[in-house]
Amino acid sequence: MSRLGARFARFLAVLILIGIVAAGRAEALDLPIKKLVFENGMTVLLLERPSLPFVVVDAKILGGSLYDPDDRPGTASLTASLLTQGTASRSAIDLAEALDSVGASLRSSASDDFASVSLTVLKKDVQLGFEILADVLMNPSFAEGEIAREKAQIQAQIKSDMDDPARIADKLFASLVFKNHPYGHPVEGTEESIPKIGREDLAAFYKRYYKPNNIVMAVVGDITEEEAIEIVNARFGRWAFRNVEAPAIRSVPKAARVVKIVSKDLKQATIRLGHPGIRRSSPDYYAAYVMNHILGGGGFSSRMMTRVRDEKGLAYDIRSGFDAGLEPGAFSVSVQTKNETAPDAVEMVLEEINRIRKALVSEAELADAKSYLIGSFPLRLDTNRKIASILSSVEFYGLGLDYFETYPRRIDSVSREEVLKMARKHLNPKNYVLVIVGKPDASRLP
Amino acid sequence: MRRPARRISRGGAAWLSLVLLLTPVPAGAGPKIVQDILDNGLKVVAVQDDKSPVSTIQVWYKVGSRHEPQGKTGLSHLLEHMMFKGTATVGKGEYSKTVARHGGTENAFTNRDATVYFQKFAPDRLELALSLEADRMTNLLLDPAEFELERKVVMEERRMRIEDDPTSLVVEEMFASAYKVHPYRHPVIGWMEDLAALSREDLVRHYKRYYVPNNAIVVVAGPTDPAEAIAKVKAAFGKIPKGDVPVETAVQEPPPLGERRVKVKKEAQLPFVFAGYPVPRVGHQDEYALDLLAQVLAAGKSSRLYKSLVYEKQIAAYAAASYDQMTSQDPALFYLYAGVKPGVRTEDVEKALYREVELIASQPVPEKEMEKAKNQVEAAFILGQDSIFNQARQIGQAELVGVGVRYIENYVANIRKVTAADVQRAARDYFSEDRRTVGILVPVPPKTKGTEPGEGKPSE
Repeated sequence: MSRLGARFARFLAVLILIGIVAAGRAEALDLPIKKLVFENGMTVLLLERPSLPFVVVDAKILGGSLYDPDDRPGTASLTASLLTQGTASRSAIDLAEALDSVGASLRSSASDDFASVSLTVLKKDVQLGFEILADVLMNPSFAEGEIAREKAQIQAQIKSDMDDPARIADKLFASLVFKNHPYGHPVEGTEESIPKIGREDLAAFYKRYYKPNNIVMAVVGDITEEEAIEIVNARFGRWAFRNVEAPAIRSVPKAARVVKIVSKDLKQATIRLGHPGIRRSSPDYYAAYVMNHILGGGGFSSRMMTRVRDEKGLAYDIRSGFDAGLEPGAFSVSVQTKNETAPDAVEMVLEEINRIRKALVSEAELADAKSYLIGSFPLRLDTNRKIASILSSVEFYGLGLDYFETYPRRIDSVSREEVLKMARKHLNPKNYVLVIVGKPDASRLP
Repeated sequence: MRRPARRISRGGAAWLSLVLLLTPVPAGAGPKIVQDILDNGLKVVAVQDDKSPVSTIQVWYKVGSRHEPQGKTGLSHLLEHMMFKGTATVGKGEYSKTVARHGGTENAFTNRDATVYFQKFAPDRLELALSLEADRMTNLLLDPAEFELERKVVMEERRMRIEDDPTSLVVEEMFASAYKVHPYRHPVIGWMEDLAALSREDLVRHYKRYYVPNNAIVVVAGPTDPAEAIAKVKAAFGKIPKGDVPVETAVQEPPPLGERRVKVKKEAQLPFVFAGYPVPRVGHQDEYALDLLAQVLAAGKSSRLYKSLVYEKQIAAYAAASYDQMTSQDPALFYLYAGVKPGVRTEDVEKALYREVELIASQPVPEKEMEKAKNQVEAAFILGQDSIFNQARQIGQAELVGVGVRYIENYVANIRKVTAADVQRAARDYFSEDRRTVGILVPVPPKTKGTEPGEGKPSE
């Protein structure tokens, strides 16, 4: 079996044993973030990291698909993607040429909660980079030709998504869980909604939400505080503050049981099971996060993975999660398994949900979850790009600039009793939405 | 790959991103790199970089799907899965649990040339990480019951990644046709029929043959001093005896005699075109010209394919080119591919793809465009250093294919030397119709109807 003698094996065992002490701590994270608020209300979060000669900027605008007009899903996304498709003084081609010529990248898109524009540029080209960033944020042209082009692209994407069982399942699941709530529609809009969106809709959306006081801009890399202040003043100083009125968002519907099967000629059944969950700002967030980690969030050590993959070989991937946003996003479980075993997988998922609602998790499970979540936290922040994209969310979700220090403490304070309480409060083994894409045997479903 | 990442958007993006990851970084401004070869033949590369309080180790075994005998494809990847299933001292699942308990993350991937295991962790856990890797280099159990379970898991992985994804099927079929003889024709995950036929004994043989120190490269990257890192690698791996690695005989792929075409008929919304051309791998004099050709064709929204097919003609949802030269053997493939827009004829998109290469073959790329392409390469290099994991991966890849760290150090300078005439010559020499293999996704209508409520499952 092994080519080496027992000596080596014993040596190894000792090493591992010694190794079990407190996890690598997040204290090692040295993130001296500065928060700068400009006269026009624009917030800049700055982290100086001069070790490599480039700068990453991630600007988030409070204007994601959550704010889509009811009858025009996709407006926020189309608005965001058109920012980089032409300004008052630059065509889409001009923008692309200017950026590509210096190897910079500039991307704009929308998600549920935010629109975002992100720039990566070498230090030597940082002036040009910020000039273009300001141009696309302040002077987008929304040219008719570009709108038509972008709409055709989105329609093609929506069509090709119909070949992707995961996308089909995700879209149907969201629509059943959230109904008329804006989390119920895809960020990019639908086949029916896209043709309805015209230039005036985009201009109106832009005018309403794209204001300096509605933006948080993370700047990370080889740039000093002085340089950042000067450059932001020079490029964004003339952009005037204006009150932004957030729209009223209807409340998330109550959980109700719905089962839908999308019959498709596939080898595997793609399964989604879940219901409304929690907001990012919920006081329950951290305890629910730890609970989910043990249940199905924790990669290879989670209960669901152990049961469905390791013990039964039924799936390659199974995971659960809370999609906690400005609004209570969904709790969902995702798993793929061959059509014949779909009912078994669903049954195991429900059994695991019931089990974690019934009894306390073990001391060891909780300790392992905590040491992983705390110890691996710095790994999630190991590049400038990752830091930039997380910083602006930290501000919008109101997590506080001390988030990076408080995170380990918050995770560490979760008790077994709280885990049980969270499972009982936020998991619902009866009123759930179940979506299956494939050819499962529906008669065997629970 | 053993653990699923969230699925990336369609249209070949998944494998494209892999290619991009392998683009090397320059070492000019960069980290301190020290290399060593242990007495047992293990190659060690230590990279010192203290940007973040994070370390990574990667163990590269020189064994991938090209080493698999006919009828036994998928062997290397299945063995990768089994490497997490326990050794004599670290029980089933304990490897992953131990790493997680120490705040680390771990995973692995297999490709045509290599099987790679990696961990990311706090720097003070280096010894532990190394000892776990050294243990499973030699003490793997390969428990029969676990083997049967894991075979099922890999079959699920194949269903998910390949069989239910029409564009992945096209990529798989194109490779199987582009290489008539060379084992690069094997799908990394293996044919379903082969997966069903593999035995535990096949895995044992594969493991014993290839999982030896003189067939591996260990890359350590992070804040640790390189001398200390190498000493720790020595302490963990030094006592493992050398093995007898089979002598490599390079398989010669005969030259193509004419265009090869493969069709995949599958329920799908939109057609997909994927053309491959055999080209030299890393180390050949044309390598950098081919690199710049790919760059001019496909880097950024001002690139030729995007501008022509996506932006101006609006016949493709996406269009790109890619050259993955970091292979261990010849030939590598240069790809052109596009997603066909609704209502557009596939042959029009296919012709438009070829036309862009023909244009470069007939007229040299203007100087300004050459300069832009070189600037993009250089910027991508610097940005690539943002991630220590990525740097380690590039170094491992360069070592694997035999060009070493120096290749990375000289990369930008070599790119800078390429002329428009070189790019024109490359476009002329390698891209004739007779040399290409084309994979086409031909959508067929659905066999079954759309959404329906689950029968007998009323809402409660």
